[in-house]
Parts: sequence; C-alpha cells; structure tokens
Amino acid sequence: MNTLMIDGKYIEVPEGTTILEAARRAGIYIPTLCDDPRLEPYGACRLCLVQVKGMPRPVTSCTTPATDGMEVQTSNEQIERIRKTIVELLLSDHPNDCMVCEKAGDCTLQELAYFYNLRENRFWGERRQYTRKDANPFIERDMEKCVLCGKCVRVCEEVQGVAAIDIAYRGFQAKVCPPFERDLDCEFCGQCVSVCPTGALIGKQSLGKGRQKDIKRVDTVCPYCGCGCNITLHVSRNEVIRVTSEPDTLNEGWLCVKGRFGFRFVNSPDRLKTPLIRRNGRFEEATWTEALGYIASNLKRIKKQYGADAIAGLSSARCTNEENYLFQKFMRAVIGTNNVDHCARY
Amino acid sequence: MILKKGVVLQESLERILEDYHRSDGNLISILQNLEEEFGYIPQDAVYWFAERLDIPPAKFFGVATFYAQFHLKPRGKNIITACCGTACHVKGAERIINSLTRELQIPSGEDTTEDREFTVEKVNCVGACSIAPVVIINKEVHGKMTPEKLMKEIKNLRRGR
Amino acid sequence: MGREVEIKICMGTGGLAAGGRAVMNAFAEGLKAEGIDAKVSENCSIHQVGCRGFCARDVLVDVIIDGKRTTYQYIKPEMVEQIIKNHIIGGEVVQDWTVKEDYQAFHDKQVKVVLADCGEVDPEDIDSYISRRGYEALQKVFREMTPEKVINTIEASGLRGRGGAGFPTGVKWDFARRNPGDVKYIICNADEGDPGAFMDRSVIEGNPHSVIEGMIIGAYAIGAHHGYVYIRAEYPLAVERLKIALEQARQRGFLGRDILGSGFDFDIKIKLGAGAFVCGEETALIASIEGKRGMPRPKPPFPAQKGLWGKPTVINNVETLANVPAIIRNGALWFAKFGTEKSKGTKVFALTGKVNNTGLIEVPMGISLREIIYDIGGGIEGGRKLKAVQTGGPSGGCIPAEYIDISVDYESLARMGSIVGSGGMVVMDETDCMVNIAKYFLEFTQAESCGKCVPCRIGTKRLLEILSRITDGRGRPGDIDLLVTLSEDVKAGSLCGLGQTAPNPVLSTIKYFRDEYEAHIHEKRCPAGVCKNLLTYTIIEEFCKGCTMCARVCPAGAIVGEKKQPHHIVQEICIKCGACFETCKFKAIKKG
Repeated sequence: MNTLMIDGKYIEVPEGTTILEAARRAGIYIPTLCDDPRLEPYGACRLCLVQVKGMPRPVTSCTTPATDGMEVQTSNEQIERIRKTIVELLLSDHPNDCMVCEKAGDCTLQELAYFYNLRENRFWGERRQYTRKDANPFIERDMEKCVLCGKCVRVCEEVQGVAAIDIAYRGFQAKVCPPFERDLDCEFCGQCVSVCPTGALIGKQSLGKGRQKDIKRVDTVCPYCGCGCNITLHVSRNEVIRVTSEPDTLNEGWLCVKGRFGFRFVNSPDRLKTPLIRRNGRFEEATWTEALGYIASNLKRIKKQYGADAIAGLSSARCTNEENYLFQKFMRAVIGTNNVDHCARY
Repeated sequence: MILKKGVVLQESLERILEDYHRSDGNLISILQNLEEEFGYIPQDAVYWFAERLDIPPAKFFGVATFYAQFHLKPRGKNIITACCGTACHVKGAERIINSLTRELQIPSGEDTTEDREFTVEKVNCVGACSIAPVVIINKEVHGKMTPEKLMKEIKNLRRGR
Repeated sequence: MGREVEIKICMGTGGLAAGGRAVMNAFAEGLKAEGIDAKVSENCSIHQVGCRGFCARDVLVDVIIDGKRTTYQYIKPEMVEQIIKNHIIGGEVVQDWTVKEDYQAFHDKQVKVVLADCGEVDPEDIDSYISRRGYEALQKVFREMTPEKVINTIEASGLRGRGGAGFPTGVKWDFARRNPGDVKYIICNADEGDPGAFMDRSVIEGNPHSVIEGMIIGAYAIGAHHGYVYIRAEYPLAVERLKIALEQARQRGFLGRDILGSGFDFDIKIKLGAGAFVCGEETALIASIEGKRGMPRPKPPFPAQKGLWGKPTVINNVETLANVPAIIRNGALWFAKFGTEKSKGTKVFALTGKVNNTGLIEVPMGISLREIIYDIGGGIEGGRKLKAVQTGGPSGGCIPAEYIDISVDYESLARMGSIVGSGGMVVMDETDCMVNIAKYFLEFTQAESCGKCVPCRIGTKRLLEILSRITDGRGRPGDIDLLVTLSEDVKAGSLCGLGQTAPNPVLSTIKYFRDEYEAHIHEKRCPAGVCKNLLTYTIIEEFCKGCTMCARVCPAGAIVGEKKQPHHIVQEICIKCGACFETCKFKAIKKG
C-alpha cells in the first residue's frame, strides 16, 4: 500500500493505483474527458493535470501512478488556467449547437463549459467540417462534435476486440472513422456510444425522442439472455427511447447489440401481452390459468398415451440460469425424460 | 482497378506477405511495400492483408493516413502542379487547370487520369509571381504558362513514355 | 611514377547533387586514359568520402600526393582533365581552383570528434574505417571493460544526448541496465526531421561505422541483444550506406553471435520511418517501430522501464552514439576537456541562413555565437546587420544580436529561451521578419502535430491562425498577450516534446522583438518588409525611366504609364507580389 497526500488529505491506495483513481476514492473531483477506469489510460485530453511536488511540470493524473509519500495538488492557478484553455480550444472547434443537441444535459463538454463559465471564447478559427452522414442503421456519427478522447476506439479494441474504427489522419485533421471512411459496418454493440462524452456518437433510435431532463430512468435486467446484464431504460412520454447500463453493475456497463439497441419490441403493437391458444385453427387470447391448465392436461395425456420420451422440452437462452435449471428439473423429474435442450445451441 | 490485373496483383501480395513473415515485418512495412509496388495503398490489398493477418482494416487505414509517405489514391507518373497564388489566379490559373482537366480527361472530383499517367495538383503561391501563371511539371518550374504551351508539354510527356 | 596519389571526392548528398559521381567517373576515366588504372594501381587510388561540411563549395576534391594535400572546390567533370595533366602528372597545382583562406577559416575554429573521419574515410569500405582506429574501442571494451565500467566512462565523460533534450547518456544507460529483464533494446534515432538540420544524415553517410560501433558498445553496456536504427526513408543514400556498413560489420564478426569471441550477441535491424516528424519523440518512435500510428504516450513509464514491446529500451541519437567510440578510445577525461562545466564535448550544427559560409560545423560546447557566425560562418551575407540567430529549429528560439557573445551550451541557450536542440542554426539579418519566422516554424509544427492531445492539436492551430492574421494585417490589440498565454498553456499542457516546445519560436520572438509584433498589429507595417499584405509598392518618379519592364511583368496589370514616362502603380489593383520590385533595373520601386 502507498500513502500519498492529495490536497492535504492522506490517502492509502494499493500499488499501481493512479493519482486520478486515488483522488476519486478520496472524493476529490478532477475533470477529465478521455479517462475511463475500465480502459487503458490514454492521457490525451490533458484536463486531469495535477501538480506533483518535485516534478518540474504538471502531470496527467490518469497516467501517473500514485507512489508512497507523493504530494499532489489537484488545482492551482496554472492548472485551472490550462484546463480553461483546453475547454475553450475544444469549443473553438465544436459546433456548439447545444440547444438542438441530443446530448445536452448529459454532455461532459457542456458541463465543463458551464463549470468554467465560458460565455465567451478567446479563440476562434477554422472548424472541422464533416458533412457526410454515416448510413449505418444504429449509430449517428457526428464527427464535428468529436473531441478525440479516443474512448470509442479503445473500447472497440480493448473491450470488444473488434477495432472497427481507429483514429485516422493526424493533427487538426485527426478523425475517428471506419476504414477508408466507409459507413460503419460492425457488430453495432454500441459500446462506443456508451463511452462518448459528447454528442459525437448517439443511438439513432433516440434521435428527437426527448431531452435528457425529461427522461425517466428505470433500472431493470436485460431480457435477452441468461447473462442478466443490468440495464437502465430511458423512458420519455411512456416510450422506451434508449437503453444504457451503469459502469458499477455486474456487467460493468457493457452491453451487446441486442441489449443496447434491441428494445423496440417493448413499444411494438405486435407484442404479445396474453397467452394464445389455437382453437379451430386460429389463435385466441386466453388467461394464464387457462393456458397453463391446457398445457398441463395435454402433457399428462401425451405421457400416458405415448410415454415420457414422446415429450421434448426446448428452453430459451433468454431465461436465467435458475429458470433453466428448474426447467430441466421439471422435464426430468416431473415429465421423466432427458429430452431437454435450449435455443442457444443452434 | 486492381482486379483487372488479378493475377499480377495476387503474386505481388503473396510476395509482400512472404517478406512480412521473413523479416518480422509490421503494418508499416506492409504499407511501405504496397506503396512501392503500386504507387499508392489499394483498398483491396488492405482488405486482403487484413484477412490474412487478422489485423482489422481500420488499423491499416489509421496508419496509412498518419504517415506522409502513403497515398490512398493512385498518383500519376507525371505530377503537374498548378500554382494558385494570387498572381497566378489573376493571370488565369483557373483557365489552365480547367483546360488540363479537360485535355487529360480527369474524372470530376479526382486528380489523376485513369491510365495513371498524370496527376494534377494545386499549390499555394510558389513565389514566382513575375512569371505567373506558373505550372510545375515533374519538379521543373515553367512560367508564363498558357493552355496551348501546356498542351505541348503534355504531348511531349506522352510521347516520352 | 613512384608517387603515392590519393584522390578523395566528396559524395555526401550535397556532393552527389553537385555532380560528385560524374567527377569521380571523370577522374577514373582521365587517369585510365593517361595509363593509370586508378582501381588496381597500388600507388594511385580514388575514394568517395562523406560530407566534410562545406557543401556550398561542392564538388570538393582532395588530391593527396605523397601526403601533401591540395583541396579543390567547385569542381565539375570538365575541369578534371586539367587537374590530372597539370597537377597529378605535371606536379603543378591548379591554383585558380583550389580552396582559399576562407576555407581554412571555416575549419580553424572547429573541433572534430564526431565528424573527424567524415570526409576522410570511404563510408562504403570498412577497412577504410578500421585503418583509422575503427572498432578499436569495441575491442578495448571486450578486452578490458565490464558493462559497468563502460557506463562509468560515459558518465564521467559528461556526454549528453545530442538529439535535443541533453539528458546524460551514461545515466540513461545505467537506468536501462538496472531495469530487470532478459530482453532489452537499443535504438538509434536517425529520424532527423527538423527543417534545416542534416547532421545525422551526414554522419551516417560519411561514417556509418562510427554509429554502429557506438551502438554495439551501448548494447553491451545495457545488456541488449537487439538493436534498431530508425531512419527516415527520405534519406536513401544514408540508408544504403548503413545497409552496406551493417553487412560488412557482420562479415567481420562485429555483429552477430559471439562478437569477437566475447560471448556477446548483438545485431542491428533498420526500420524506415514513413514521414512523420513526431516520430523523433521516443514513445512515438517506439510506436512506429511496432508498426502503429506514431502517437506519443505519457511518461512514466519511461522507455528505459517499458519501451519497445514493453521491454527496457534505450534510444540514442546518431550524433550521441558516434561520440561513444572516441570517448572509449581516448578516455573520459579527453572528452571532458572540451566544452563547459555542464556541457561537455562538441556539437555539430547545421549553419544556414544569411551567413557567407553555410554548411555543417562541429564546435566545442561553450564557443561563442560570435565565433560561429563571424569566424566560421564568415560574417553576414552582403555585409548586412545580424538580427538574430535561431537555434533548435521548430522547438527552439531566437537569440537576438545583442547576445551574440553568449556561450553555446545547453544551459546558456536554455536561459535565453532557446535550446541546443538537434543542431539547426539559422542566422537572420535585418531583412528577416521575426513574426514571419515564428509563423514559419508554427506552420511546420502544426502540420506535424499528431493530434492526440488537445493543447497541441487545437492550440498550435490557433497560434498559427493568430500569427497569420497578424502578418496579414488583421492583427488585433491584445493578440500579443493572447499568443503569450496560449503559448504558455500549450507548453505546459501538451503531452510530448513536440507540443511542449512548439510555442518556443513564438515566445522568444515576442520576448526580444515585441516591437515588430506591435508594428504589424498597430501600424499595419512589417518593419523588415517581408509580410506581403503589409507592403505597398510605389514608383519613385525621378528614378523611373519609363522602360515599361515593370508594367510587363505585373501579373495584375496594376502598373500604368506611357513609354519613357514615369509609371505609376494603381494600389487598388496591386496584389503585392513584388514582381516589379525584382525586375526594375533602376531601383525606382519602393517597398514599404
């Protein structure tokens, strides 16, 4: 364990902890755009600069390991000046159309601008102009709003193992894009959307569906498979418009394409809300008691007439482990057959 | 464009791949070999290597656009650079570029002829205003250029190939 | 003939561009025609040699007869015949073509350690290097020195990195040696990208074995078995000579397994850069060798801890490594004799700009700028007034004329707001605009920014835009202060050396030439008469002869007047290209 002092507070952290992590543990806020504790440190936005006693220049707290006896100052006149300059520089190359931006209210850049009270900008000049629209079905990519924090690139490579996008070109022209600037063609897990600090990456399904402040968040569990990822439904006007997941959940905030973007069925008019029983060649709505009774009596009949092995059970990977356990138990112990399988095998 | 040369292409790619394995190469050395072989980085070749080496094509693109040595479009054998400084502009640089594009039949939005003989590029003031308009043909500066004179030069280049 | 005749022809990039190859052929053919087969004859030989610094005088040819050397300058193939007839056969030196006192003066104040054999040895012949004590240092190391002792010697010599930062080489090696790991790397950084700097290229072209020998010694010291030379693809001649030299070194057993029976294995590979200035930065260079985008990463961990493929790695610049064999051969004390208390040895500079003698020079640390400019450089071109000296290229700063007596060493230059850097030295006179110079360097760094960190990516862009509007006459009050604060923030906030030093040219020119900035902003005037948009061209009637030359060259048709009558420039139409000014034979056109 190392003990260091941050802004006069003593903090004990394990070996390998960065200054930024240590500060967070102590409840000390340091602004960042490119840090995500789940990704490798990157050190690009330079907002998290801190002054370490004995070092000639400010260092990025996201990349510098905390060492024993270290004395850190997270804020001073020079550091605040640099942070403000950085935010101003970013805004000088940004559309600044917050009034119509989907991300408004949940945007780190907007928050920083507010925090530093940037009504006016000392800098102005050329702005990146990217008018081409990416035609992919899921992700709205507005690269003029990109701050090149590299989180999307890193999550795609480090977490998803796909590397569908990378930073291309360099300097002021640097740009995150798919190879040869084609339309994005990947598994569309949307992890990139989930880590983007600005409005550069937005799920297309939520466009124009509601402001951040009007959204009701409902924590639930993803219904798609037995992993049981924790998700948060964003509900606006009684419609699910977006799904997110928090980093402090068992799935660390990561979701797959189904969990993140496959939520349209919730509001679908075709969605089944009651059991259906086929009568005279047509499906008719029924109650649960009715339906379960119908199934039980038919299982009994078939077992009696043809034997237990005439029955097979097919379960779903969308059920939880516990449900699947119960299902095979039911098939083996109650029905008396080993004919049990599930959809994920196919 | 490459596919026309199917067999030749395949052979060069295999050769580059072999070189990669033999000399413990990397993505940059592949791109350098491609640039040397084709004069630019062909998209098909990138996807070919991406599949063989299981390296995402986005990585190739990121690296290829980072270094000045690599070109994403084929460049011509002859590079014609038209100065577009103020003096040249006043003296009709636009007219010269238009006649060039027409004469060489350069597709719109492109800068190179389909047979890859000529690439036409624009450059900001080269500082030879007194002899405007200026055109640089294969690194040689030509002043007081007219569309007619330029066509003569192009004819000579075509004959010389 | 009974005489020893040796002919040395400068064939660096400069020499080759001036026609070195043709001159060499002319000598070979000429001597053959005279019945002397240059290649086989034991007493007459022709050698190509690397750069000796004075490229402006190329092709330079040494004719050495029985040890007596005559140097010819500006030699062209057609002049060779006369040199052979009169001098080599007739014994009469062709006086008109020999170098004069100024050539001597150029060399007098130089002290050559790194360049000592450049211009003497044949870079493509390992025996030529060996005959001048080449690989002696390596044998000494294997015979009598432990790695620790090598490191101690380098530390005691006071050798510091010549690539820019000036970090003590011995300490760097020690750091890497102490870091645990069985795989370690040594990298020679030959990605010389500063505009106007070509010392690394010249050393590799002129004496590649000195770099290789230095690298082997360094590898032995830190315990590395693999080395890389990261070199610009834009230096084809240097790459070629390095390849030849590596192959020769392998054949002689200086590289490979069990070098010279020492039990030490080491080999070197060449990696070609692909055109990115930022790859001169250590961590970006490593990324590039690994085949990635050359984007720097924050330190720590330092390359000596986690470098190439995560292994301890030492990166030394070409000139640094070329110093090593001489230090081992002659001892630390010998090296420490040169230079100042904290900056030992010599430094190679590329002297360019408005001096009479431009070229590559090697001087002891601590020499004054005055000696460099006036003794070696032969003073300012056209007898004009010195204004400033820019050192360190785009990472450096300007030193104004009044400080011309300062000592050239790491500390003194840093105190002036500049750096030794990799060794570019541009001399500027009163016709150079300092705002424009700052803009020039910013254009370079901005275009070379990798784009990873915000201060460099957008900061240098905005700095350049502010400088551009000032030189265009659109500067606003407050712009100077804005430049200063933004520069300071970019310096302090950027990730790597590129961004951390990019604002130096701006800050140092503002520090010493603030009045020039003010003239641009407040009076819309460029005192040096450089910035186009701030100039007006007018015709002085009493000088104008009405020759119509100016009217004819004017691309905008802005000059009117009758033949043989004074002409007149219509300011509204004038595009300020300066064509008339350059054409007028009567000095009738005023710029200002």
